[in-house]
Parts: sequence; structure tokens; C-alpha cells
Amino acid sequence: MTWKQVFTSSIGRKVTMGLTGIFLITFLVVHVGINACIWANDGGEMFNKAAHFMGSMVVIRIIEVGLFLFIFIHIIQGLALEISNRGKRGIGYAVNYGNRGSKWYSRSMGLIGTLILLFLILHWTNFWIPSRFTGVTDSLGIPLTKTYNGTEMHDLYSLMKITFAELWVVIVYVLGCISLAFHLAHGFQSAFRSIGVHNGRYNALLTSIGYGFSIIVPLAFAMMPVSFYLGWIS
Amino acid sequence: MEHYTMNLTLKVWRQKNQNDKGRFETYKVSDISSEMSFLEMFDVLNERLIHEGADPIAFDHDCREGICGMCSMYIDGKPHGPWQQNTTCQLHMRAFKDGDTITVEPWRAKAFPVIKDLVTDRTAFDRIIQAGGFISVNTGNAVDANSLPIDKHKADEAFAAAACIGCGACVAACKNSSALLFVGAKISHLALLPQGEPERKTRVMDMITQMDKEGFGACTSTGACEATCPKGISITNIARLNKEYLMAGLTADQ
Ligand code: HEM
Ligand code: SF4
Ligand code: FES
Repeated sequence: MTWKQVFTSSIGRKVTMGLTGIFLITFLVVHVGINACIWANDGGEMFNKAAHFMGSMVVIRIIEVGLFLFIFIHIIQGLALEISNRGKRGIGYAVNYGNRGSKWYSRSMGLIGTLILLFLILHWTNFWIPSRFTGVTDSLGIPLTKTYNGTEMHDLYSLMKITFAELWVVIVYVLGCISLAFHLAHGFQSAFRSIGVHNGRYNALLTSIGYGFSIIVPLAFAMMPVSFYLGWIS
Repeated sequence: MEHYTMNLTLKVWRQKNQNDKGRFETYKVSDISSEMSFLEMFDVLNERLIHEGADPIAFDHDCREGICGMCSMYIDGKPHGPWQQNTTCQLHMRAFKDGDTITVEPWRAKAFPVIKDLVTDRTAFDRIIQAGGFISVNTGNAVDANSLPIDKHKADEAFAAAACIGCGACVAACKNSSALLFVGAKISHLALLPQGEPERKTRVMDMITQMDKEGFGACTSTGACEATCPKGISITNIARLNKEYLMAGLTADQ
């Protein structure tokens, strides 16, 4: 049994999904934690500093490369699985089992994942590409920077403020977060099953944590654009 | 429960052979007793079809007591019909009421091609079991039951997994036509016992290789298999199978 056989089998491919999925979940914890600094109500100082710290640390930058690798493996493997799984039935049923046997979102991971991907494209264009490559500017192209204790850094806080002044952007972000919530409501527990966690006590625990996580984290993310749009933070 | 009779409309999948395209035929059956089993209702219909000189509906069955796993009808959108933890042969007509229309389809999966009408070829399951191979136990006189101590909890779990009758309802219910609940049950019942230990790694590797070759899908763990399984095989067995596979894969010699 070669490594290739191990990871290209139907179980191996799901192990990949599970591992990359769990990695993305841990990333979300860091991401939501840092972004929550916007609620410090200090004109974005804490948030800008935290984002600057993440962007300037070598270790974090290396992990960032890993993050992109993992997210692309997750997306490609996820879509590939979706396509191959759909091809296994042949003639479909006249009457479907539907929600009697499983949750609709557990059967729609491919679709929900694709919605998240569409959201991510917008999200990267809004924040990640400017901050890493094209430069953080306002709509007129004037650079947004702040200097704290002699260190100049991107003013991502102001970029958020400008971005989330548009209603349609806020709506798309909220929809993206709802998609994420459903993806995780199934994905969280499923990921651990994929990597072989089968002990009863952990299964029960992970299922509860999974539901909690999939409500709290996407809700916190969704509140960010909403807070800016409604002017809840100064 | 009060006995009653009913008149029903059946929409049944008819297909002459593997190459035929197949179609639904509608049949009216009358005076069906609430105490008949679902298969007995089909017997009544088939006798009538034979009398009329028509081709009776082919369906699989053997024990008719819920233990062989041969019966395999997909009834109104659920394998083995509306009851929980129940086989088609043990489904009774009191599950339905007068005037109902019931749609009956064969298991649908490329790995289970239709042979005729509601009969599918499920030998893919046999080949997966064969790929698992033998276990090393001494033959001869039965050994003393206490010579090989087994944790009670593990014995119970192994027994629960061994209850799988290989009917294939899990595949039929799964959106991916995945056989993982079946293979999970087969792997678990031996992985939990000392008798399964010597061939533990090769067994899981070989069975999964065969399973993929047969054309079953991967698992999305939606839980539809567990919900429809007539023997209540737990989805935990899938997680255990994943672990067994991963451990065998990670520690394989070459
Ligand atoms: C931050 C973003 C994301 C997170 C945290 C995440 C997390 C997860 C987790 C934990 C799973 C469960 C894995 C398993 O069952 O083993 C999963 C499954 C899946 N993900 Fe994602 N995911 C994300 C984005 C995406 C994107 C962008 C796509 C694709 C377009 C995608 C497609 C899928 C698919 C198709 C599955 C189901 C695979 C299957 O069970 O057959 N995901 N995801
Ligand atoms: S796991 Fe359940 S549904 Fe699947 S073959 Fe075994 S008894 Fe049938
Ligand atoms: S005929 Fe044997 S289980 Fe139904």
C-alpha cells in the first residue's frame, strides 16, 4: 500500500478533507479573535496593531502559505469528491429520502462550500490582496496608514469602515457567514469522524462543540460588517 | 390493532434485464389485509399477474424474517419502507392506509446494477468480504469460552456490528451510494476482537481497495445510512473504520 494509494482512496480523500477542514477551523479561531479587536472602540488601534503583528511575523507568514495551500487542497478535493460522488448513483430515485434520513446541509456541502468560495473571492479582493500586494488605499487611491509609537502600518480599520459602508457588501458578508455556519454545523463533527475519532464520549462532546462553534464564530464574523454599517463602533 | 383491508395503487419499477431502460408500471391491488407483510402483498399481486398471463414482478427475498438481507425494496423514498430498524419482509401493511399510492424502486447504485425489476446484483458486497480474507483461528474442538477473555463492552460492540445482514440499504439511502456503513460494520466486528488481530491491517486495506474498485462513493457522513439501516448499525462504525484504515496506512511497511 503506497502513500499515494492511501491518500487517493475514498477514505484517504476524506482524511484530507477532515485535516484541512480542522486546520481551517483553527485558522478561523485566530481570525475571529484578531478581528474582534475592532470592538475595542479605540479608533482601530488595537486591531491595526494586531493585524500588523500578524503580517510582519515570519512564522505567521509561513503559516499563511500553508493556509493557502490547505484551503486550495480543501476546495479542489471537496469539489472533486462532490463530482465523483454524484456519479455513483446512475439512475436517480423517483422519490427521495430527503430530510427524513439526514440534514439538508449535510447533503449540500459542495453547494455551501461553493457559496463560501464566491464569498472568499470578494473577501480576498476587499482585504487580503490590498494588504499584501496592491496597497491599502481609500476609494480615491490615497494610502491609508497609521503610525503608532513610531511604526507606520496599514490602516485596515479604516479600510473596513470604507468597505462596510456599502450595503450590498454587508449583505454578501452576512450571507457568506450564514453559509459558513451551515458548512461547519455539519463539517465540524464530520471532520473528526473522517480522521477516525470514534470514542463515544468524544463524539458527543465534539458534536456539541461543533454546533456551538458553528453558531458563535460565524455570528461574530457577521456582526463585524453589521457593526460598521450601523455605526456601532467609533 | 384492529384488522382492516385496503385498496392500494402501486407504482413499481419494471425492467426486463440489465440492458432494458426500465419504467414505472401502475398496479391496483384490492382487499389487502393490514396483517400481510409487504412481500405477501407482492405475492398476491404476482399470483394475479401470473393468472393474467403477465410477467410477475421479480424481487429478492429469502428468509422473510429479517435476518438474511435479501429483500431490498426502496419504498416511498426509503429503503425497507417507512418503519425504523426494519426490513422490507418485516414491514406490515398496517403501515399503510386505504387509498395510498406506494412507489417501489430497486436500490439505485452503479455498483448494484438492476438484474430484473426490483432485483439488483449485490455481489459487490460479497467481493468486498472476500477481499477481507480469512481470520487465523484454530479449528477442531470448540475452545473453552473463558480461554480468551474479551472486554464485555467490546464484545457487545462487536456483536452489534456483526448484526449487519449485508442488505445494502445503506448504499441505497446514501446520496453518494457509499458502502462505508456496511464495510464499517464488517471491519468493526473483527477489529474489536482478538480473533481479528493477526490480519487486522491487511483486511482493512484490502476491503477498502475492493470497495473503491466496485464503484461505491465516498462518505459525507450525512447519517442517512444509519437512519435507514434495518439492524441499527451505528455510524460510529464508520469512524472506527476510518481509524483502522488510517492506522494501517500510516504503519504499513512499504
Ligand atoms: C473557511 C472556510 C472553510 C472551512 C472552515 C471548511 C471546513 C470544512 C470541514 C470541517 C469539513 C468537514 C470535512 C470532513 O467531513 O471530513 C468540510 C467539508 C467540505 N468542504 Fe469545507 N470548509 C471551508 C471552505 C470550503 C470551500 C471554499 C469549499 C469549496 C468550494 C468547501 C468544500 C467542502 C466540501 C465539498 C466538503 C464535504 C466533503 C465531503 O464530505 O464529501 N469548503 N469543510
Ligand atoms: S449496515 Fe445496515 S443497511 Fe448496510 S448492509 Fe448492513 S444491515 Fe444493511
Ligand atoms: S427476506 Fe431475509 S431479511 Fe427480508
